[in-house]
Amino acid sequence: MNKNNLILYIFILTFGIAAPFIFPAFKVQLSILCILIILALTWNVQGGEMGYNTFGNILFYGLGMYLCASVQVGMFFPLAEWTEGGGEKTFVHTPTQFFQGMAVGLAVAAVVPAIVAGLIGYSILGLRGHYFAICTLGLGVAAGEISGGIEIIGAGQGFTTPPFPNIGSLEARGEFFYFCSFIVLVLTFIAIKAIYSTRFKLVLNAIRDNEDKAEAMGIQTMKYKIIGWMISAFFCGLAGGIMGGLVGYIDSTDVAFDGREMGVFMVLMAILGGKGTLWGPVIGATVFHIFKEGFWTFFLGWQYVALGVLIIVIVIYFPEGIMGWLREKYPERFGEVVDEADRKAQVELK
Amino acid sequence: MDFLIFQVPMLTVQATLDGVLLGILFALIAYGMALQWGVMNIINIAQGDLVILGGYIAYFMYLYGIHPAWGVIVSPIIMYFVGVIIYKLVINKVVDRDLFISILATFGISILFMQLMNFAFGADVVLANSGYGTTMLFDNSVTLPNSKIFSAFISIVFAIGLVIYMKKSKLGRAIRATAQNARAAKILGVDTEKVYAATFGINAALCGVAGALISITFTIHPYMGLPYTIRSFMIVIVAGLGNLPGVAMSGMGLGMFEEFADYILGTEFRIGSVFLLLVLILVYRRFKLSKKREYLK
Repeated sequence: MNKNNLILYIFILTFGIAAPFIFPAFKVQLSILCILIILALTWNVQGGEMGYNTFGNILFYGLGMYLCASVQVGMFFPLAEWTEGGGEKTFVHTPTQFFQGMAVGLAVAAVVPAIVAGLIGYSILGLRGHYFAICTLGLGVAAGEISGGIEIIGAGQGFTTPPFPNIGSLEARGEFFYFCSFIVLVLTFIAIKAIYSTRFKLVLNAIRDNEDKAEAMGIQTMKYKIIGWMISAFFCGLAGGIMGGLVGYIDSTDVAFDGREMGVFMVLMAILGGKGTLWGPVIGATVFHIFKEGFWTFFLGWQYVALGVLIIVIVIYFPEGIMGWLREKYPERFGEVVDEADRKAQVELK
Repeated sequence: MDFLIFQVPMLTVQATLDGVLLGILFALIAYGMALQWGVMNIINIAQGDLVILGGYIAYFMYLYGIHPAWGVIVSPIIMYFVGVIIYKLVINKVVDRDLFISILATFGISILFMQLMNFAFGADVVLANSGYGTTMLFDNSVTLPNSKIFSAFISIVFAIGLVIYMKKSKLGRAIRATAQNARAAKILGVDTEKVYAATFGINAALCGVAGALISITFTIHPYMGLPYTIRSFMIVIVAGLGNLPGVAMSGMGLGMFEEFADYILGTEFRIGSVFLLLVLILVYRRFKLSKKREYLK
């Protein structure tokens, strides 16, 4: 790591810690931004580096959300009575119970999706290209539809997550969820940066570029694909668990397995930022979130129309993303050697 | 969860009949998807939304006092032009690119259509009442709405008509030539751009017919599009591209599966079971092919 990078990381870290105190009105938005960056980063492991365009990471996100809330409630109170309606009024978590439940819930929300990814990985990751994309799309929607029919987690009427306890007169809900999501974001970033600096990333790229050849070279591609998916699922589940507490209410198709919003957002953010790069998803998610929050109010009610148009425009005219565009503009910064004479000749040709 | 179907055996007949009649409709939509997939190599996620849009055309005719059965004629004509416009605006830019780009772009179209329909027609579940009455069979234990028979009949007529059109007409030959080898067709003087536009238009028109029939027989709602896309995708991958009897058979099979799932698992799991079936079929085929060291292409 050179000096410039170190300064950059320290700056971002300081900004991240100070952000909720500098912009106290945007605490929830900043937490959502962290969640979005996590989702984009983890999608990029499949979609960008491995070439497996998944719509199914929403499965782990939703699973984590339900698991975290269920564990948090189920550890202290009967879950069925809670979800029957008005449970959050009858049973009240003490602060200790709340934080204990949250910690255990998050652990479960991270581990179980990773195990699920490992279990279904062998079947699903054997599919390639668009079959994989459609299969995972089906997986996400099926999970949403089925969880909407299960009584114990609230079925159609939804699941209210435990409200944040009041510790004396201290109102720390926003800060708590912000720091939860920020810490998970930092962990995700470190983990993904670490695996990108090892041979693992080269294997993933080999799978993307030519899976048959990679197999012929003696790489056990299936093993790496499953491990990659499990890493994504781990952090997606964590993000989902935090998001559940942040939103305060879980609905099967509108919040948890929300393929129409989150499921598309994570793909869009990674593509917007530039897939197959470390910083692309981070930049993409930030730009997307700022655009979404800044301009959504102007579209009032027309958000989804704007979203549809945005998807079409980005996919057709901007498939390389911001990082791809920067790379074309300033190739030297990306460590590419450019022949000056060659570049001049190209400019003259244009 | 009570297994009503085992207590009343006649429900089996009911579910089978309903499933077959429903499946013929699915097969019509799947035929359109197979056509454009085979010719243009595009998977259209917005397929189901085109169906719903076609349904709303028939529904509006019904609102203005015209019998909705005329929607079967009007809807495909309007939808043909909608399809051509979509092609000109979006699809022609993704035709020869990565398949995932086309999936994502049509996903965008799907979200756009869903929301526009939600604004234009409201979020209510609607149906166009054809007033065809119902037929009672087997001592009144099986009810069969005449509109379902009507819709199955019309679907078959359109499917046969399209097959003949593809075989005999000049455009049909051009479409088939482009599907076989787009470059060679281009060299031999086929305007592939026009063929693509027409293919997408025909696909949209088929969706229009199916949508009009669905609005008569069942109900429509702006957000109901995606299940129709998944159903037709499933039928196409089970039957294979260009296998018309296979499309019809697997369509009917899917229809029956859904009706039985509805009775056995309960209505709330109906759509979920369709999506789960898709996953299972893909996984089954993946394991079958991996024995031969191949994969789904």
